[in-house]
Amino acid sequence: MSAIQIIPLNWYVTLSAILFALGVLGVLYRRNAIIILMCIELMLNAVTLLLVAFSAHHSDPTAQVFVFFIMAVAAAEVAVGLAILMMIYRNTKSIDIDILNKLKG
Amino acid sequence: MIQLAWLIPILPLIGFLVIGLGGKKLSKKLVSFIGCGSVLAAFILSATIFFQLNGSSTVVKLADWINVGKLNVDFSFLIDPLAVVFMLIITGVGFLIHVYSIGYMKDDEKYDRFFAYLNLFIFFMLFLVMGDNYIVMFVGWEGVGLCSYLLIGFWFKNTEYNNAAKKAFIVNRIGDLGFLLGIILIYVTSNSLNFDAVFLHVHNNASNKEIYNLIGILLFIGACGKSAQIPLYTWLPDAMAGPTPVSALIHAATMVTAGVYMIARSAVIFVNAPIASEVIAIVGVSTALLAATIGLFQNDIKKVLAYSTVSQLGYMFLGLGVGAFTGGVFHVMTHAFFKALLFLGAGSVIHAMSGEQDIRKMGGLKKALPITHITFLIATIAISGIPPFSGFFSKDEILAHAYNHNKIYWMLGIIGSMLTAFYMFRLYFLTFHGGFRGTGEQKHHLHESPKSMTIPLVVLAVLAAGAGLLGIPNAHQHLFHEFLHPAFKSASVWIDDAPKHFSMDEGRLMFLAVLAASAAIYTAWLLYKKNNLVPIQNEIAISKFQKIIARKYYVDEFYDAAIRKPIDWVSEKSYKFIELRIIDALVNAIGNVVKWAASVFRLAQSGSVGFYMFAMTIAVLAMLFVKLF
Repeated sequence: MSAIQIIPLNWYVTLSAILFALGVLGVLYRRNAIIILMCIELMLNAVTLLLVAFSAHHSDPTAQVFVFFIMAVAAAEVAVGLAILMMIYRNTKSIDIDILNKLKG
Repeated sequence: MIQLAWLIPILPLIGFLVIGLGGKKLSKKLVSFIGCGSVLAAFILSATIFFQLNGSSTVVKLADWINVGKLNVDFSFLIDPLAVVFMLIITGVGFLIHVYSIGYMKDDEKYDRFFAYLNLFIFFMLFLVMGDNYIVMFVGWEGVGLCSYLLIGFWFKNTEYNNAAKKAFIVNRIGDLGFLLGIILIYVTSNSLNFDAVFLHVHNNASNKEIYNLIGILLFIGACGKSAQIPLYTWLPDAMAGPTPVSALIHAATMVTAGVYMIARSAVIFVNAPIASEVIAIVGVSTALLAATIGLFQNDIKKVLAYSTVSQLGYMFLGLGVGAFTGGVFHVMTHAFFKALLFLGAGSVIHAMSGEQDIRKMGGLKKALPITHITFLIATIAISGIPPFSGFFSKDEILAHAYNHNKIYWMLGIIGSMLTAFYMFRLYFLTFHGGFRGTGEQKHHLHESPKSMTIPLVVLAVLAAGAGLLGIPNAHQHLFHEFLHPAFKSASVWIDDAPKHFSMDEGRLMFLAVLAASAAIYTAWLLYKKNNLVPIQNEIAISKFQKIIARKYYVDEFYDAAIRKPIDWVSEKSYKFIELRIIDALVNAIGNVVKWAASVFRLAQSGSVGFYMFAMTIAVLAMLFVKLF
């Protein structure tokens, strides 16, 4: 019985839910684009944690494949996201998302 | 040899391609050589076939063409006596007119294009008469219409000429639609479009008269357009806008007789369609009379000839309508000779008068243009129906059949031929006799035309004078009839009630016809030679009746008021109501709805990233909510 399986599954679910909720709130309330990116990362990791916990408890490795996918996607997302932020900063000298309202209809 | 018949139309086509593509790079001499040479070669081939024919009919198949379901249309030619007669007329008269054009068009800047068009015309015309099914015929039919358009509008910088070309094309289209419907109906009835198969079918199902009457009338509508019969004749006088050789070739000798050919070719259908035949005879004789009366008061040398062409075509249709198929085709041939000669003579006169076409300004041209004068006189006598010139025999044969059919047709025909003799001699006396009425400059300029123009005149004069001898009625049938007989064999079962031999009756009819024509000529002589009468320039001075005729019975004006104006009116109203109020309004309404919707939804695009993310979260939650509960 591995260490992960000692801790009951509910706890993982609760922790993941809290982490995910924190991520969502961060995305909604913060104005700093870097922090928003980090919050997105937080949401992804909450999901990852949940998947790993379920995988371990059910002794089914399928979920871990998804974890790898999520990590790859997260890496790509960060790369693209940071590149966009770089360009935004160069052009506006700011990364406050409230300034980015040029596309107002 | 007959198997080589496909070469005949191909030669002028090659001529057209070489001249048309070579254009200005070829010298005028080379253009004339190719243009005339290709037609001459076609003529020689046709003549060879003529001597080898012996009344046989051969199908020369080139290729499969349309092969869909039950419809089988071959790309093939039918060489029989009827086709050969037309091939000889087209290539023979065509060649003479080509030669004439060398002289007539020599100063024209579009010399090469003129010959290219003429060769293309000869190609399509041969295609028309040689086809062995209605589709090949229709292709030729449309092709000659195109060439007619191109050549009427040859001097296209003149708007009026262009309008004349358009008028000819559009009026012809009306007829073509009838022809096309007729072809479709033939296919529906007999499941084939090949002449042999169609005629066999008609022969075996002769009781089905209603459908043949309908087919006959539809085909006749087509013939009306192409051959300028009531009510579609108005384009032909306007078509005189084209160069004179064109008027001679297309609008006198060949293309306008295409309708006669088509009906003669479909003789088997028409002998089974009594009502359609009656319609043809009535329209023919009315056209002959109407056009002849208009011809009485025209003062443009080419317009007189144009109306006389319409009138003579009326005679041909009268012949076809009363079952004188041979007579109709015979008249096509003699008419081709004397009318081409008249037009070429008129061209020679116009050439000498530096473009003047008004006969009131001519007169006394006898001395300056001796060859033109003599040949023109021969043609005038021929068209007036004086023996032994050709027009007499062909017209007589038609009138004899008309007499057998219905005496009223014969009487109207005789009146028409009196009018013809009168206006033709009026034209002749006004042009060649009396004193010169043009300007001094024109008088100084008068000259006989060059050899290339006078030689065709002389050849045609010989033909116009002598061709009638083919049709002298002898103990049984005349030569021309015997030659053509195989082509009308299947039709002749029904039409053999015609006079078989030279009877006293026919002799009396001939005598009356000649007497009538002579009286008309004498009247013309009395008025225009002896009394030197010249038509008055001023239109107000002439009587009302004359004015109506001189204005061509206001038919053009009537068509304008009855057809063009209503169409214009409907178009304008549909523009104002349907186009603007309905179609435009609908399109604008759709646009406005989209615009309005956009103005509402645009508010969602606030530009605030925070709001977007909030909306996204809410949306995901909403989706979850829907999914879960």
